[in-house]
Amino acid sequence: MNIYEEDILDHYENPSNYGTLEDPDISYEEDNPLCGDQIRMDLQVEDGIITKLRFCGHGCTISLAAASMLTEEVKGKHLDEVKQLNKDDMLDMLGIPLGPVRLKCGLLALKVLKAGAYGLKCWPGEEDEETE
Amino acid sequence: MYAQPMNNSLNPLDSEAIRNDFSILKGESDLPLIYLDSAATSQTPDCVIEAMDAYYRTYNSNIHRGIYRISEEATAKHEEARQRIGRFINARRPSQIIFTRNTTESINLVAYSWGSANLREGDEILVTVMEHHSNLLPWQLLSQRTGAKLRFIEITDEGVLQLDGLDELLTERTKIVAMTHVSNVLGTVNPVQELIAAAHDVGAKVLIDGAQSVPHFNVDVQGLDCDFLAFSGHKMCGPTGIGILYGKSDLLEEMPPFLGGGSMIRSVQRESSTYADVPAKFEAGTPAIAEAIGLAAAVDYLNKVGLEAIFVHEQELLEYAHQKLNEIEDITIYGPKPRQKTGAITFNLEGIHPHDLAGVLDTVGVAVRAGHHCAQPLMQKYGVIATVRASFYLYNKLEEIDTLHDGLLKAQRMLTRRRR
Repeated sequence: MNIYEEDILDHYENPSNYGTLEDPDISYEEDNPLCGDQIRMDLQVEDGIITKLRFCGHGCTISLAAASMLTEEVKGKHLDEVKQLNKDDMLDMLGIPLGPVRLKCGLLALKVLKAGAYGLKCWPGEEDEETE
Repeated sequence: MYAQPMNNSLNPLDSEAIRNDFSILKGESDLPLIYLDSAATSQTPDCVIEAMDAYYRTYNSNIHRGIYRISEEATAKHEEARQRIGRFINARRPSQIIFTRNTTESINLVAYSWGSANLREGDEILVTVMEHHSNLLPWQLLSQRTGAKLRFIEITDEGVLQLDGLDELLTERTKIVAMTHVSNVLGTVNPVQELIAAAHDVGAKVLIDGAQSVPHFNVDVQGLDCDFLAFSGHKMCGPTGIGILYGKSDLLEEMPPFLGGGSMIRSVQRESSTYADVPAKFEAGTPAIAEAIGLAAAVDYLNKVGLEAIFVHEQELLEYAHQKLNEIEDITIYGPKPRQKTGAITFNLEGIHPHDLAGVLDTVGVAVRAGHHCAQPLMQKYGVIATVRASFYLYNKLEEIDTLHDGLLKAQRMLTRRRR
């Protein structure tokens, strides 16, 4: 199966919720030093519910499409639900198989969003077991 | 001095015949393997696999120990491998060839053993900004341990060493110059012979990282007069897990051991020991026996094909790759033109992430490397995070460059639709 499915390319070229929020309740940013991909997520939250969110950054098709899909998925959801999302949920959204190298690209947005949901200000160490 | 095409009268490579020597290139799948990542690791000819197979099937045993037939055979084959590899780089004697795991370990051996014994605060280590991390990190660590200062030879925008201010950098404070013979990213062939002479004039030793040169053209350690040469088996048709450190005998003899253990001792007491002569002094523990034998088979194979023929073939591929890729709109090719380099062409397409380029190329069967190529200081020099690198070896064909070209156009069509 080709990882460059139409759906992925559509999200890459025309991403949902792209941009920043002026006064976000939560803002978190992270990069993947190996390929330089960088994603920032801004969230507006009311009673734990994500009412508005935007992402921005730069990266490959997979990391940007994943971010776009993820923002669609979690809008209107409770932060506790976001905390429950795992690697398989993200791969289901993407709908394509990813090898070990591209997996990092596919999971970057989820890593950023979950870190934000948990209220982190920076990533503890280099580990990303949270998303496993 | 740049790479010179050598004897043009020799027969050109018969790449179809050569491809028959590599099972992996004769794959039965619908998508052919167009392998353009030999700078990362080269493919392995069947004769190398068979040589290692024969060891495991018929005389698998430890070396320098067993008083029985197959152990004696293994010992003889292992030491014969050392001789053949030594002859390949024109080492004066086999004891100058130390088996390591790879280039990285060879360089670390020198930095730890020679470096820790000889460097102190106030001394300087000279490297270049085009070094692979494996020829930078060992010296950074040495610098941190000893207080010696790490200095850098810069490169020009064309990707060749900036040697104008060399007198400022290379002084009597310089104790060692550690530099790559060929850039793993740009393919630039550095004028190592001149630099070795200049370094010796100020009393500095020179380590050459030959990982990207030894596989591609004749490297003569006596002709170059380098003090150390490090290279890897798996980039020259050999197996992974085996690398070489060549050193001048007087230096190797003076240097303290690197790793301690079996094989590297003369006698052992409770509190202290005396050490074996070189090369055993630097070869603690059971070595990669099959891999040493495999590397010797690879050396024989390269000799049979002929390094000069390989070099000329690669130049032809490079010329064609530059010509074809330059036809592509919005491409940036980094580094010098062919004839000043060997082996690799590194580039980016405007607006497309290198990972995506490599990903789309994979869909047409083309294997390239995308990333920082373990050379982040060089990436910083060009102001990029990553690039795509296509690298060539004896088994590549001109038609494969056409597929690379068409794959890049496909990536442009797929990934820059909105802008077109």
